Amino acid sequence: MEPTKEQLMDMYYYMLLGRAFEERLEALYRQGRIPGAIYLGRGQEASYIGSAYALKTGDVIAPTHRDMMAMLPRGMDVKSIMAQHYGKVTGPTRGRGEADYLGDLSKGIFTTVSMLPDFYPVAAGAALAFKYRGEDRVALAYCGDGATSRGDWHEALNLAAVMNLPVVFFVINNKYAYSTPNENEMKIADIADRAAGYGIPGRTVDGNDVLAVHEATLAAVDNARTERGPSLIEAKTMRMRGHAGHDPYDYVPKASLEEWEKKDPIKRYEEYLTGLDWFNDDEREVLATRVGNEIKDAVDFAEASPLPDPSEVTTGVYH
Amino acid sequence: MSITEQKAAAGMELQSQESTYLDAINQALREAMEEDSRVFIIGEDVGVYGGAFKVTKGLFDKFGAKRVIDSPLCESGFIGAAVGAALMGLRPVVEVQYADFISCGWDQIVNVAAKIHYRTGDPVPLVIRAPSGAGLRAGPFHSQSPEGWFAHTPGLKVVAPATPFDARGMLKSAILEENPVIFFEHKYLYRRLKERLPKEAYEVPLGKALVRREGNDVTVISYGAMLHKAIEAAEGLAEKSISVEVVDVRTLTPLDRETLVGSVKKTGKAVVVCEDNFSYGVAAELTATISEAAFEYLDGPIVRIAPPDTPIPFSPPLEDAYLPQVVDITAAIEKLARY
Ligand SMILES: Cc1ncc(C[n+]2csc(CCOP(=O)(O)OP(=O)(O)O)c2C)c(N)n1
Repeated sequence: MEPTKEQLMDMYYYMLLGRAFEERLEALYRQGRIPGAIYLGRGQEASYIGSAYALKTGDVIAPTHRDMMAMLPRGMDVKSIMAQHYGKVTGPTRGRGEADYLGDLSKGIFTTVSMLPDFYPVAAGAALAFKYRGEDRVALAYCGDGATSRGDWHEALNLAAVMNLPVVFFVINNKYAYSTPNENEMKIADIADRAAGYGIPGRTVDGNDVLAVHEATLAAVDNARTERGPSLIEAKTMRMRGHAGHDPYDYVPKASLEEWEKKDPIKRYEEYLTGLDWFNDDEREVLATRVGNEIKDAVDFAEASPLPDPSEVTTGVYH
Repeated sequence: MSITEQKAAAGMELQSQESTYLDAINQALREAMEEDSRVFIIGEDVGVYGGAFKVTKGLFDKFGAKRVIDSPLCESGFIGAAVGAALMGLRPVVEVQYADFISCGWDQIVNVAAKIHYRTGDPVPLVIRAPSGAGLRAGPFHSQSPEGWFAHTPGLKVVAPATPFDARGMLKSAILEENPVIFFEHKYLYRRLKERLPKEAYEVPLGKALVRREGNDVTVISYGAMLHKAIEAAEGLAEKSISVEVVDVRTLTPLDRETLVGSVKKTGKAVVVCEDNFSYGVAAELTATISEAAFEYLDGPIVRIAPPDTPIPFSPPLEDAYLPQVVDITAAIEKLARY
């Protein structure tokens, strides 16, 4: 099914919002205004938005350290994400959790952990619960290329395959795991090939093409919803920033980054949109202003929010 | 005797430059690799990148990809592989990117590496380096001090140096060990401590605690980053005429009970300061050791200072409240001194 005009504009909006949020976050980090680490997904906007936007209310996602943008179409408020980075009580973990390890179960977003990819089996378990109760819901788990090297990744795929669970495993292959290039991580060219080992469908998509990602995810989600079981999607893209804020990113050749800059997913999507008869610069301006205001409000909100009270340090370990 | 005095006593010539705690570890690795071609490094991003904290910087260029191996992201995989290589006569030094991720290789450590020698007598000369500790606003998954998990596992040696001198000397000893050693490097100390180290190679034996500061009224027992807070508290209390002895545990397993107990027998009072959380951990073991061996010498209750039993929070006010601070240690010592 072709996306409607409204859907096309939604995806555009979320991509702009994600990019703008990260640009501001990076500046705040460089200025020393936030206490923790940052992991930016610049260049991967199409992979995040195209996939997360294919889900419905009731579905759940399990993002990892770099995947904040996937939370945006699920309704995660940039104010609360910003407050998390400031360590403020108004953030979703109330100052307890670090960086983008945040979420909101009521919006279908797991608050994951740093150990990669520990939420792959957990996402399979969410799918188990959906199937158990006969619900029309799907789980989607994100991770990067590096995380596919761990046993938990493979255990999750096998378990979900054997139990025929409604889960989509979404791997963002951005060519590097920290400093480790794909060729030191695996012997195969396409991570999607790993699916064959578990008897499930695997598909590689252009991770910089939001519409291709959206279409592939819709198909995988449909497969899960109609009880045909799990599948694997590999979105090929490039991380346009260092692993974390401190990383000089000198292990990637400049020329390679310049090449990828030309494939920038937002510019590319804008070119596509510009070719549509209804899209014009006014639409772009309206969105840019809206996004700018939201980011400004998010920073204002986070800065005005209180820090947690030290006396609360021991509360909430148990229910 | 301070460390500097110790070095002078040993008649060692010192390097002209000061070394950080991090440099000291790098030097030990370099030396061990120069001395013994069986020693190799494996871990995530340890090669070209020089490690997440740059501890292995320069080693890839010097020793090449064969001896400084960039592993795929798989703790269980590379720790298990290191055990196999050790059983076949190599001497692997594993880097776990953060100590927090060591649990991803749990089974290979506690069931494989730790339980071979007892059954077969075969040595497992393996070192696992793990940057641990809080204080860096890194939150629940990049701040943990999991030494208690491993100290509780028979078959492993567990080490936690507090100074550059010890970090270098104890890592050398760990690499020469025939047993699996979990080497906890406190990442808060990496670039905060500096001292001039000996020019020539040296070892600091495992299993030996050290009296860092002599005193008569109260013994404070600690290790790692907390040791420095304990020393600061002790120095502050000297102005109030409370004389505090500070003992650095250095090796958790095997524990040098004699040195700890000896100090407490002298002062009659003990405060234990740990970064491992309060219950069922290192602090509990140290406290029990003293209570069993020095009960009749005690003039007051043994005081345990450790973080609460919670995950490690990210936000600065929470993390500061979580970690034992100099004021907490000072207050506890003072109260006990007046007991
Ligand atoms: C089990 C585990 N080991 C090590 C780390 C430290 N670490 C954080 S991100 C990362 C690289 C991850 O690469 P990839 O899965 O490709 O995701 P990307 O960062 O590229 O998005 C590493 C090694 C971790 N988070 N979890």
